[in-house]
Amino acid sequence: MNLVVVGNGMAGMRAVEELVALAPGRYRITVFGAEPYTNYNRIALSSVLAGDKSLDDIVINTRAWYEDNGIELITGDAVTKLDPTAKTVTAASGRTISYDKLLLAVGSKPIAPPIPGLHLPGVRAFRDVADVEAMIDAAGHEQRAVVIGGGLLGLEAAWGLKRRGMSVAVVHLMPTLMERQVDAPAGQLLQRDLDSRGIAFFTNGQTEEIYGADRVEGVRLADGRDVPADFVVLAIGIRPNIDLAKQAGLDINRGVVVGDDMRTSDPSIYAVGECIEHNGQTFGLVAPLWEQAKICAARLAGDEAAAYVPQPVFTSLKITGIDVFSVGALTAADTDDDEITLHDAKRGKYKKLVMRGDRVIGAVLYGDVADGTWYVQLMRQGKDVGDIRDRLIFGRTFAEQALGRNEPEMDVAAMPDGEQVCGCNGVTKGKICNTIAAKGLTTLDDVRAHTKASASCGQCTPIVRAILAQAVGGAQSAEKPPAMCGCTALGHDAVRAAIVARGLKTQADARRALGWTNPDGCQKCRPALNYYLLCAWPGEYRDDARSRFVNERVHANIQKDGTYSVVPRMWGGITTPDELRAIADTADKHGIPTVKVTGGQRIDMLGARKDQLPAIWADLNKAGLVSGHAYGKALRTVKTCVGSEWCRFGTQDSTGLGIKIEKMCWGCYTPHKVKLAVSGCPRNCAEATIKDLGVVCVEAGYDIMVGGNGGVTVRVTDKLVRVATEAEVLEYVGAFLQLYREEAHYLERTAPWVERRGLDYLKRLLVDDAENRRRLYERFLYSQQFWQNDPWAERAAGTDAHEYAALETVG
Amino acid sequence: MGAIMADAWIDIGAADDIPRLRAKKFRLGDETVAVFRTSADEYFALLDRCPHKGGPLSEGIVAGRTVACPLHGWVIALDSGEAVAPDEGCAPTLPLRLVEGRLHLRWP
Ligand code: SRM
Ligand SMILES: Cc1cc2nc3c(=O)[nH]c(=O)nc-3n(C[C@H](O)[C@H](O)[C@H](O)COP(=O)(O)OP(=O)(O)OC[C@H]3O[C@@H](n4cnc5c(N)ncnc54)[C@H](O)[C@@H]3O)c2cc1C
Ligand code: SF4
Ligand code: FES
Repeated sequence: MNLVVVGNGMAGMRAVEELVALAPGRYRITVFGAEPYTNYNRIALSSVLAGDKSLDDIVINTRAWYEDNGIELITGDAVTKLDPTAKTVTAASGRTISYDKLLLAVGSKPIAPPIPGLHLPGVRAFRDVADVEAMIDAAGHEQRAVVIGGGLLGLEAAWGLKRRGMSVAVVHLMPTLMERQVDAPAGQLLQRDLDSRGIAFFTNGQTEEIYGADRVEGVRLADGRDVPADFVVLAIGIRPNIDLAKQAGLDINRGVVVGDDMRTSDPSIYAVGECIEHNGQTFGLVAPLWEQAKICAARLAGDEAAAYVPQPVFTSLKITGIDVFSVGALTAADTDDDEITLHDAKRGKYKKLVMRGDRVIGAVLYGDVADGTWYVQLMRQGKDVGDIRDRLIFGRTFAEQALGRNEPEMDVAAMPDGEQVCGCNGVTKGKICNTIAAKGLTTLDDVRAHTKASASCGQCTPIVRAILAQAVGGAQSAEKPPAMCGCTALGHDAVRAAIVARGLKTQADARRALGWTNPDGCQKCRPALNYYLLCAWPGEYRDDARSRFVNERVHANIQKDGTYSVVPRMWGGITTPDELRAIADTADKHGIPTVKVTGGQRIDMLGARKDQLPAIWADLNKAGLVSGHAYGKALRTVKTCVGSEWCRFGTQDSTGLGIKIEKMCWGCYTPHKVKLAVSGCPRNCAEATIKDLGVVCVEAGYDIMVGGNGGVTVRVTDKLVRVATEAEVLEYVGAFLQLYREEAHYLERTAPWVERRGLDYLKRLLVDDAENRRRLYERFLYSQQFWQNDPWAERAAGTDAHEYAALETVG
Repeated sequence: MGAIMADAWIDIGAADDIPRLRAKKFRLGDETVAVFRTSADEYFALLDRCPHKGGPLSEGIVAGRTVACPLHGWVIALDSGEAVAPDEGCAPTLPLRLVEGRLHLRWP
């Protein structure tokens, strides 16, 4: 029997996968795909756009897979005609094939509104590989993108383009974003967070016209607002692709009408995916398509009982660091329903459960989505939650404590085998466990490859990881730590440990002894190895400039135009008229175009040519100014406030202490940059509580705060200890930095490191164990004697002269 | 650019002047050319302009036959000038030859 599949997309190919597993050899299968590729994970196009994945990463089945399963794959050839009487399909190339059974899986099409300008060059939809390629290309040479549509797809497009360096505005018809998936408060938080990431919004914006002479130049809204654009992405929704079905005379409505058996009005023709309409419902997310594919495959394999029953589907947004989750009802529909909400706008957290009686019928989560899958479970099971209703909104752990079940965060052992873990791919716990056992899997990647669990949106990754850990051996995690880079299978900790234990003292030795696959290493591992070696062997290892990022190699920050910036140290933010005069004179003498006060309490001279640097440094050195290491994975700044010397609230000499700390710590290299601060009182004008280490002075002494970060993910410090004297502060600072130097992974700032190790761990090593603290401090001071040489002075005196040679003209 | 003869080789100096795993740049007409030396003493010449946003490739980290652009980390193959996937783009390469310890460069 011949089975012809029209549409090589996610739903159609899933049905084929299920079918060949269920009834191998039952059909001769031919697949037509309009796109010129094998099938791929359409969902992950967003990750490709954002630069997190490559096109190769998202292929689902390779050509070899089609061949191995005896499937003929015809790509780049759309079916243009379907004749249900003759039982044939004809493709654009003219090829005609007859079928016994036909599967329509042609997906959907982007909705194109009736507005002028849609066909201008520079206007794209966001649906397939060609669209993503056009978007990436545009990001390479265009400046301003406008995305029309603030739904899931539009926001992911906006974020991807933003990540690729474009300035992005989103035009959205409704007052709040993603209104089909989340309610207004969550939509507002979402807009606020995206806004703070630099995406501009035009809500209540009805697009009237896309205008431009030869290509798009902007978008005009009905209320007169005008948004200039070099590139426009249209993402206002999709509609089922019914062209073929209509032409063939099948029953259609919004989509191709199918019954519970996935058959269309012609019993030989099946349909699945976004092209269908089932019980008046159409589809736009993958989870229900997997179920349809399964039913369709069962029917094609001869199971006359298989029937499709829709399940609640949940949505999540794939933008790193923004967590949105929703399932089922968004709001109470009538007086039988109520809503339980928790709204902490300041911390960007919002939770809402929609209840009917004592059952959950919907959930909207923003900011903290860890319990999303639990709510889905409660919904699917239709569970009466009367006994935990008052705790429900605070999440599973807290709610289940009420039942006396004081379990660890994720009790996968108690989860029934039939429970669905991965909603996108319809994978149950039982399937995951069986596959782990049958195939002897040990890593998350393996589980993903073999079961597809957590391979699509990634939301269920923690659960899959927990199941794996449990299957492979109790509490101990089965996950191998990620490899440092493509040159080795070893993780950072293993490499650091081997360097010390095996006495490896050069990069070449380390790479040889540890089995590196590339003799040179690569741009990822070389800087890391260089750092690990210089930390392990102070005074012995010779720093390798060629393994350092340009800024650290040339001791200045490269700018977008290839010029450099020069930031001299200003100890604790204190300067003098002489220093300022020297900076002014140097800027004048060398024609520095911009002089700026930095966010780190010192002065930046921007726009110097590389060959000017040694002379600039020599001039600054004359006034006693040295490198500020503004370019280094190194101590940057110790910010201070005026403190007790001037301020009416100051409790201690914060300025003086900051200078002492900076004099002790400058020059040290660290896994990532390190910023310190000392504030004279808890008003905290030096922002000490978002620094890697901050000291907050109080009447009784000094609070030492650690693990703060003011960067991409703001983290407030944890209090390590309160001490009474400046000497103790210095010892703690040295010991903390040394522990961080010796233990953190390269490019891991203190904030994630403190989170990874836990505050208790730090307290044990630094506070409780005074002897250990003293030894760390001593090792820090020992290492410092090799690094407190001003790198600028060395270079002004001729070190690495080849780096700074003026450009030679040839030819 | 008038001084440059389209097909003449230009002597740009001793090969040893370029440290291993580094690059040296030269001004050629209106262009800056980066000449790289690998750890295996192979030499490659590329226009010093990253296909992404024009970053100076000569300042990047060299490993094997690749260089990582210092501005946003694209990795460029030195032999072809092509960006390594998933990035796409190409930095033009220039013919380069080694004659008795000296490097000769030519417009393509
Ligand atoms: C110059 C300065 C901006 C200014 O004009 O004020 C600046 C400039 C840069 N910052 Fe910064 N940051 C500057 C203060 C800050 C601060 C504020 C502070 O230090 O109190 C922060 C937030 C605090 C923090 O780090 O926790 C800050 C968070 C970042 C981040 C995000 C770090 C994070 O952990 O999330 C980066 C990216 C990175 O390092 O990977 C960054 C990276 C950069 C780079 C190096 C970007 C780059 O790779 O080229 C910029 C170099 C420009 C240059 O050549 O001078 N800059 N940067 C500030 C220099 C301070 C100084 O005197 O050394
Ligand atoms: C960028 C993006 C992000 C997404 N993110 C998510 C998400 O996070 N979660 C989620 O659940 N869903 C997401 N989706 C939706 C999900 O991808 C779709 O629901 C799913 O791909 C639909 O599967 P399908 O097989 O019905 O259609 P498709 O995957 O579109 O497959 C249809 C295929 O048929 C081909 N075709 C059409 N007409 C013909 C013809 N005449 N002849 C031959 N071939 C033809 C098309 O070229 C296409 O390859 C996302 C979609 C996009 C575009
Ligand atoms: S200086 Fe800092 S905040 Fe400003 S653009 Fe550069 S990295 Fe971003
Ligand atoms: S300019 Fe080279 S990576 Fe951006």
